[in-house]
Amino acid sequence: MSFYGLVDGSQASLKKYLAALSGVDQTGADARAAMLATRSIKITSKRWAIDTAISMVDLTTLEGADTPGKVQALCAKAVRPDPTDSSVPSVGAVCVYNDMVAVARKHLDLIGGAHVGVAAVSTAFPSGRASMPVKIQDTQDALDAGASEIDMVIDRGAFLSGDYIGVFNEIVQIRELCGSRAHLKVIFETGELVTYDNVRKASFLAMAAGADFIKTSTGKVAPAATAPVVLVMLEAVRDFYQMTQTRIGVKPAGGIRNTKDAIKQLVLVNETAGPEWLTPALFRIGASALLNDLLMQRMKLDDGYYASPQYVTID
Amino acid sequence: MSNRIDVKKTYKLFINGAFPRTESGRTYEIKNAKGGFIANPCLASRKDLKDAVVAARAAQSGWNKASAYNKGQILYRIAEMLEGRRAQFVDEIVGVTGVTKAKADKEVIDSVDRLVWYAGWSDKLSSLSGALNPVAGPYYNFTVPESMGVIAAIAPEMPSLLGLIDSIAPIIVGGNTVVVLASTKAPLSAMSFAEVIATSDVPAGVINILTGKKDEIAPWMASHMDIDGFDISGLGAKSHGAVRIAGAENLKRIYSFKSADPGRILAFLENKTVWHPIGL
Repeated sequence: MSFYGLVDGSQASLKKYLAALSGVDQTGADARAAMLATRSIKITSKRWAIDTAISMVDLTTLEGADTPGKVQALCAKAVRPDPTDSSVPSVGAVCVYNDMVAVARKHLDLIGGAHVGVAAVSTAFPSGRASMPVKIQDTQDALDAGASEIDMVIDRGAFLSGDYIGVFNEIVQIRELCGSRAHLKVIFETGELVTYDNVRKASFLAMAAGADFIKTSTGKVAPAATAPVVLVMLEAVRDFYQMTQTRIGVKPAGGIRNTKDAIKQLVLVNETAGPEWLTPALFRIGASALLNDLLMQRMKLDDGYYASPQYVTID
Repeated sequence: MSNRIDVKKTYKLFINGAFPRTESGRTYEIKNAKGGFIANPCLASRKDLKDAVVAARAAQSGWNKASAYNKGQILYRIAEMLEGRRAQFVDEIVGVTGVTKAKADKEVIDSVDRLVWYAGWSDKLSSLSGALNPVAGPYYNFTVPESMGVIAAIAPEMPSLLGLIDSIAPIIVGGNTVVVLASTKAPLSAMSFAEVIATSDVPAGVINILTGKKDEIAPWMASHMDIDGFDISGLGAKSHGAVRIAGAENLKRIYSFKSADPGRILAFLENKTVWHPIGL
């Protein structure tokens, strides 16, 4: 592993690398995120924004009550979000628990959705409280079942107690396991990291350790993907790009339920990291209810009148 | 001569149990009969309507599940709260319309009584409009009235308070939720009535009140796919045709009423028929 020449894998070098990070101005971040949320988006841009947001959705079901039937229905929706309108793009990926990866992959391939990825939540999601061999086996299972993206959680307890090298080594090991078979997304659970400084620190730690994406939350803890947290992470990937010429993706997840929220996220991306990030390869939105609202707003643009949730699928 | 600063009231919208300003930031001027300035209420936009419908839809299943007894109690509670604030409503009606105090007083008293009257209908609807139907088989066959869903309403210009109550109470008493556009010229008593609602145990989103221009909002109400019925009693007759055509596109039930009668309640109810085997 190279670690981009930023750290050599030792505790001392990691400490030095993280200590050199600038702090986050909390009031400034809140104010900037609030200011960007007031941008007005005109109709022509809105159409583009809705389709872009749909293609960025990681359509998610992470319930104890998930069944193969529900996952298959989700896959069908991922490939053709609106069965009555073939101009609606497919979503970025479906995101499921490990044991549903094989079901999802098989069904997607069956219905012409080979281009839709399957993301698996691994490493003892959502708490991350398990031994390393268990986390490795968990990830291995997902990869063997055909996952093309691994969403791993960090050990927040270790991070908060200052054991950065422990968190770093876990990410490095999972990164090695994924190899070229799968993208690695690292989930911070920002709602548990308390401060924006910690979010920035976790972002740089994960990026140096080899994350392809940094992701805000599991969706199981509130607050999740708040605008200022996403702003801090987007600033981190922007700064990391300047240091290493490598673009890392960002995935907000949790709490993004309507089109307005999704478009606010796109504005944040454009104004913070830059338009290069406005692609599903570098920005994803973890969501379930959001997709229906995007479809309803799309119908409104097409038809000229407001749509009803009775005309989109219940999931 | 008093040195007090004049404390003017800001009249806002009533959506989902809260009092937001219109998202458009627009207002219009209300003047009294002599042309003097009274207030700047919100000029609601179609996006405010959209937000109100989302709130009404979210509140509908909960309100529908409340027992008839409970719904009646809550309507009666609105009457109680209005009774306690009669003087304020009389002042507002006199201030805006210039009618005599006696006439305004009568309108407010009628409004309270009308609410009590509608409240009384709540637990009688299913007995009066439902039926036990004779069928040729070992079954009970019931017909029961069920709520339609989210109903929009345009309140008449005058009388502004009593008309508003006729646009709200018959719709919600059967389990529907409502988005109502208040009188354009005299919206103040409507927004004060929202304060009455907010303190009457009415769940958030069951009643949503907008103020603004009828010809701007009515077409959006008619075409909105998530509004199931539309009471256009307060809309000018010239606009009825266009609104009925727009509503026909989405099979919306559109009615206009001349008086307060039980038909007004039944118009926004649907009959559900249930078969039940005898002996189980």
